[in-house]
Amino acid sequence: MNEVELTISAGRKEPGSLRLVFTLALAGMLSGLAVAGVYQITKPIIDANKARALREAVFEVVPGSAQLQRLAFRDGRLVPLGRDETTTDPVLYAGYDAEDNFLGYAIDGSGPGYQDIIHLIYGYDPQRRRVIGMQVLESRETPGLGDRIYRDEAFVAQFSSLAVEPAITVVKEESEAPNAVDAITGATISSKAVIEIINAANGRWLDRLPPAGAEPPAPEGKRGEPMPTSDDGDAAGEGS
Amino acid sequence: MDGTRGSDVTIDRIYDEFVKGIWRENPVFVMVLGMCPMMAVTNTAINALAMGAATAFVLIGSSLLVSLLRHLIPKQVRITTYIIIIATFVTVADLTLEAMVPEIHKALGAFISLIVVNCLILGRQEAFASRHPTRLALADAAGMAIGFAFALLCLGATREILGSGSLFGFLLFGEQFEPWVIMILPPGGFIMLGVILLFFNWMRQRRMSRQVAAAAKEEAR
Repeated sequence: MNEVELTISAGRKEPGSLRLVFTLALAGMLSGLAVAGVYQITKPIIDANKARALREAVFEVVPGSAQLQRLAFRDGRLVPLGRDETTTDPVLYAGYDAEDNFLGYAIDGSGPGYQDIIHLIYGYDPQRRRVIGMQVLESRETPGLGDRIYRDEAFVAQFSSLAVEPAITVVKEESEAPNAVDAITGATISSKAVIEIINAANGRWLDRLPPAGAEPPAPEGKRGEPMPTSDDGDAAGEGS
Repeated sequence: MDGTRGSDVTIDRIYDEFVKGIWRENPVFVMVLGMCPMMAVTNTAINALAMGAATAFVLIGSSLLVSLLRHLIPKQVRITTYIIIIATFVTVADLTLEAMVPEIHKALGAFISLIVVNCLILGRQEAFASRHPTRLALADAAGMAIGFAFALLCLGATREILGSGSLFGFLLFGEQFEPWVIMILPPGGFIMLGVILLFFNWMRQRRMSRQVAAAAKEEAR
């Protein structure tokens, strides 16, 4: 490098193209090393954050749950997945209380919103055939309007006991129907998107679930993940 | 090649390069640079602050490296090299924010990666860091970064107060406040920026006319 510097400062000679290529290659290589290094360090933290957010969301949408079990739909039935097992089969979550009683499923779904894909998760109680909770995981809805699908408590509360048959509908005025959701004024498209995502996910999942009462048992010996601890850094979450 | 020799670097000079970015040559209010993030992420004060911090990290890091390497980078490929340096810092900032503060990272979205094309950063490399010693380059970058963050915060705070009735997420006016929703939408950004630019230009004009008046008085004596 010293030699190069001397050439530059001594004479106003144009540097050869080899030197230009060398400079760019070196810069690219060092940049690649730096980025790869930081990626290696941050990846496990980012994955753990996502897994924790997803797990907390499952406990949130299945009220009262204290344990959960990941289940994959394989060969026409639900099979429990191990802690770090990855799969390409469709996945949902079963929530249980501390006494191993089954409470409900948590199903995730995504679909187009007003701006971008909305990714959400909702709880479903197969005994009562009702949606029992909903949480938006990712969205880019307009701040102040569309983002009320998760900021507006009154809207979110409508999903705490919502009949799914024949299908959930969106209404623009107060309705007593058990399957009606009151759309947010000024955010009708976002409200409809949430309902459509849930209806579509119901269409996929409800026929796959075992008959009510025959739910998969709670994880043996508490193998399922307990209440989220502060930092256990596993990467159980998977994209859908 | 250098605008300044190493021996010229006095404390006064460093101080001067530092403060000019905060006020006299503020990148937003005076030079009107970096408008894209200015509009996009200033709907809340906390987003504005996070964006300001991320930009500061990238600007100071790149200015340091560019100034250190200024004799080694052939001028024919300097812009490309600056972009590589800037992009590296941006990616590091992006990943770090995602790991440390996922909520804020989610709110800022693609605008973190878009720091790469913030003309303020490339502009400072080309106009300053590549022709000044490291200490001056650092002072300049820090001043510009603070000036930029200050401008973002001004806009973010006003828009959040008017558009959501809160500041840093704390409700200011109670439940009966009807938020002025347009202020947190893109048009509100333009309106607010216009108002702020108007205010700064008015201040500058007033100062200049005062100086002219003072000079005229001197002459009359």
